[in-house]
Amino acid sequence: METTKISTDEVTYVANLARLIFAEEETERFASQLNAILRYMDTLQEVDTTGVEPMTHAIAQKNAFRTDAVGESLPVKTALANAPEARGNCFQVPKVIE
Amino acid sequence: MEYEPVIGLEVHAQLLTDAKIFCGCSTKFGAAPNSHTCPICLGMPGVLPVLNKKVVEFMMKMALATNCRLNRGCLFARKNYFYPDLPKGYQISQYAQPPAEHGWVEVEIAGGKKRIGITRIHMEEDAGKLMHDEFSPVSRVDLNRTGVPLIEIVSEPDIRGAEEAAAYLRRLHETLVYLEICDGNMEEGSFRCDANVSLRPKGSETFGTRAELKNMNSFRNVQRALEYEIKRQQYLLEGGGSVVQETRLWDDTAGVSHPMRGKEEAHDYRYFPDPDLVPVVIDDAWVEAVRQTLPELPLERRERFVRDYQIPAYDAGVLTASRQLADYYEEVVRLSAEPKLASNWVMGEILRFLNEDKKEIRACPITPAALAELISLIKEGQISGKMAKEVVDQMYRTGAAPGAIIKEKGLVQITDEAALSATIAAVIAANPGQLAQYRAGKEKVFGFFVGQVMKATQGKANPQLINDLLKKMLAG
Amino acid sequence: MELYELTIHELQAKLRAGETTAAEVTASVFRRIDAVEKDVRAYISLMRKSALAEAARAEEQLRKGEAGPLAGIPIALKDITCTKGYRTTCGSRVLDNFIPPYDATVVEKLRAAGAVFTGKTNMDEFAMGSSTETSHYGTTRNPWDLGRIPGGSSGGSAAAVAAGECIASLGSDTGGSIRQPAALCGVVGLKPTYGRVSRYGLIAFASSLDQIGPFTKDVEDCAIVMNVIAGYDPAESTSVPAEVPDYRGFLGRGVEGWTVGIPQEYFVAGIDPEVEAAVRRTITLLEGAGARCVEISLPHTRYCLAVYYIIAPAEACSNLARYDGVRFGFRAEGSRDLIDLYKKSRSAGFGAEVKRRIMLGTYALSSGYYDAYYKKASQVRALIKRDFDTAFASCDAILTPTTPTPAFKIGEKTDDPMQMYLSDIFTISANLAGIPGISVPCGFSAAGLPIGVQFLAGHFQEGRLIQIASAFEKLAPSEKRRPAL
Repeated sequence: METTKISTDEVTYVANLARLIFAEEETERFASQLNAILRYMDTLQEVDTTGVEPMTHAIAQKNAFRTDAVGESLPVKTALANAPEARGNCFQVPKVIE
Repeated sequence: MEYEPVIGLEVHAQLLTDAKIFCGCSTKFGAAPNSHTCPICLGMPGVLPVLNKKVVEFMMKMALATNCRLNRGCLFARKNYFYPDLPKGYQISQYAQPPAEHGWVEVEIAGGKKRIGITRIHMEEDAGKLMHDEFSPVSRVDLNRTGVPLIEIVSEPDIRGAEEAAAYLRRLHETLVYLEICDGNMEEGSFRCDANVSLRPKGSETFGTRAELKNMNSFRNVQRALEYEIKRQQYLLEGGGSVVQETRLWDDTAGVSHPMRGKEEAHDYRYFPDPDLVPVVIDDAWVEAVRQTLPELPLERRERFVRDYQIPAYDAGVLTASRQLADYYEEVVRLSAEPKLASNWVMGEILRFLNEDKKEIRACPITPAALAELISLIKEGQISGKMAKEVVDQMYRTGAAPGAIIKEKGLVQITDEAALSATIAAVIAANPGQLAQYRAGKEKVFGFFVGQVMKATQGKANPQLINDLLKKMLAG
Repeated sequence: MELYELTIHELQAKLRAGETTAAEVTASVFRRIDAVEKDVRAYISLMRKSALAEAARAEEQLRKGEAGPLAGIPIALKDITCTKGYRTTCGSRVLDNFIPPYDATVVEKLRAAGAVFTGKTNMDEFAMGSSTETSHYGTTRNPWDLGRIPGGSSGGSAAAVAAGECIASLGSDTGGSIRQPAALCGVVGLKPTYGRVSRYGLIAFASSLDQIGPFTKDVEDCAIVMNVIAGYDPAESTSVPAEVPDYRGFLGRGVEGWTVGIPQEYFVAGIDPEVEAAVRRTITLLEGAGARCVEISLPHTRYCLAVYYIIAPAEACSNLARYDGVRFGFRAEGSRDLIDLYKKSRSAGFGAEVKRRIMLGTYALSSGYYDAYYKKASQVRALIKRDFDTAFASCDAILTPTTPTPAFKIGEKTDDPMQMYLSDIFTISANLAGIPGISVPCGFSAAGLPIGVQFLAGHFQEGRLIQIASAFEKLAPSEKRRPAL
């Protein structure tokens, strides 16, 4: 029997983290596809990685800096030009309750 | 059962760079909404961050000032969560491999001195600002603050009470301001503090369940919020209840805290190394170069003032409260060579003026040179202390030099013996009754004559000289 | 011969000799677009109006003798590169109305070199796919067989060059998205070393793997475009301040005395016999030209796909968090509150493949799974790179097939993500190791579908790739077919 790597509950949990929402049958389809992919990932467990530094960058670089100089900002109109909703020089969203 | 509070503080300090941490937008506070934004800090598709070098140097200064170990290499990580003030959907911060660790600061507490450990200091970007219209169903987003550089200073859970927490915060605050890397303005949010609070039975080594406290925007609020939280947890535990792990917001007006509703879900931030940024590698030469730029820190300076200027510890504390004030004082001392007088005048008149006007020392109209000149005039006996108070008042209001004010007002002390002798003779002649009493042994009457002479000279006569001449002439 | 059929270097010669004008070249390309675009569907947006203005400007520069290396050359841009004032969709509904307020660095460089932009080409949504079938704007057709996919994700850019709808184009390559469609469309496609071409303005898919590169009709054109777009960019922290050679200098030098590694792991079951035969023929030809082809081993090859499908989605789920319907892009109507707005906007804005990868990446990074997936994959990635370091210590270049099969049919793999992922099996390793790779046409299947061979070299050795690719191109000149559109 094929092992279940990710349950539908976990799919729902992950979807919430990713701010996605799925219909029930979609959740099941995703769960089954993700399971197939994750089972494939299991091959990695064969590799002995003891003492191997994880690689984040393909080319080892360091210390890339900019100087502390103020450059040009966008005109506010341009900054807001792509916004679905903007008013009074601000982006607008449904009320956030803290 | 007796409980002991265990407190750890997380301080976020905005750094005084000109530009933001990953782009060239200005960090200036108070600009029109979204006027300090660009594709990078707006998190537009396709943009990339490049680290402002000054942010690293400012972080290093604080790390050195708080006895931290600077790690050779550090990485940036993404902290992923959704919020409208966070344009990219992640905050660029540091997680594994922070730049500075294992530091400490010393604070004064009731029983003496105590070291409070600093777990780590790291760099990160600030988020934007949300504004809520009370009567409208929307929130507005201003991203000017997005990408303003921050350092986060995380303490060890070494703090055992609200007062201790306040002392620790004051120490960090004064250090940041002394280093001139943060303006320390708590109301504008340049210096912010979150607290983790738990209680445990006294003597226990394990930690209780902790609550996180946010939204405390003054030292006083931190202290009040912590006192409230300690009491709240104590009642809960004593009543047989238990503390819930949660984030609570302090409500200053109500004087209570309540659980936060907005970010309700578990903190699963999915940190991972930011592939768009490369490691920062700090070598010895760089550390040394930054160390060279460190000013004398407040604690050291305080001790030196007591030692070198022979002033009380309290005075030294007041005078070193800010780097500018201490610099001001030391400049007055250098020019007048009168540390005690300088301390009296700075702590007395100068600070009183500034407090009344809510001004900073750097905005003081009296230069250290002018104050030193005034002190010299007093020392030389050219003016009396009483006159000097009048003069300093004028100096503060007009910015004029003391010499000019004295001349203009004719305030020069009468030191001419002949002229003063004539005035005294006239006073004695006009008061034969008192003279008789004095000569009969009633020495108290001497004060009467001093007053009369002062009155006759409109207070301009040198009091010492009056004393000397009066004694001689009353004796006949 | 029509102007649109020519290469950059052929057009350069004609333009400089005054035999044609930039306006005529541009007009020829747009006539071709008008004729075949309804079949190929290579573009999401055309930039006809500005192209004419740019052609006029290039003409002026040519007249004054101030022309840049690409003056008057019509070039298409994958719709993943930001163009100031021109809609940039990334193949997604989420960015359907997005107009960037800035130009990508490569766009600035091409503009400064005198290029004429024809438009923005179709692609898999957010470059996630191998066929352009995940695009919100429909599937691009392979010019060699309109019933087949052009490859992906840069399928539009590859098809546009193959169909003569531009002279050259730019694509981006995260796991093979330049080389795979180049092979399937019978054109030259180069993925440069990570850090060689600026990513600033390239909409991120997987930041540690993404790289921009050219599609061209031949290797010389590839060198010409690389001369323009390669180089350090201070706006990118991962850009490498290494010197850029004149890539044209590597043309026609031959491969006499070269050692070319043939990794045994790339010739395994599942590879199409016609593809294998074409690639083996390439080996024979190179040996005939004096190269020594030796069998080598890249032992961690079999883990590349698994590593890639952890790292790329992990980075992607974070890179795609910014599409939340607040500052730009699609926002769903009728949401109850903020969280509802996020969820509805993102769920309706993204297509199934993008959501699948966001889910996969979010899961791999989530609490409790980070070490087993992301960290483990990053460690194995280091071992994969180590394999290449070892190989390049004794080889000048490595030769592999670019793809396991020629172009497959539209719809053939859309229901099986794992099958789709396997079409990138030979190209992914170069992205993980950060090394450059080029795909060059090396023959045709019996059905008349192009086949590509891939050369790989060490970091910053694009010159070597151009050298071996141009040597090979000379050895097989008989293959100058054109798609019958």
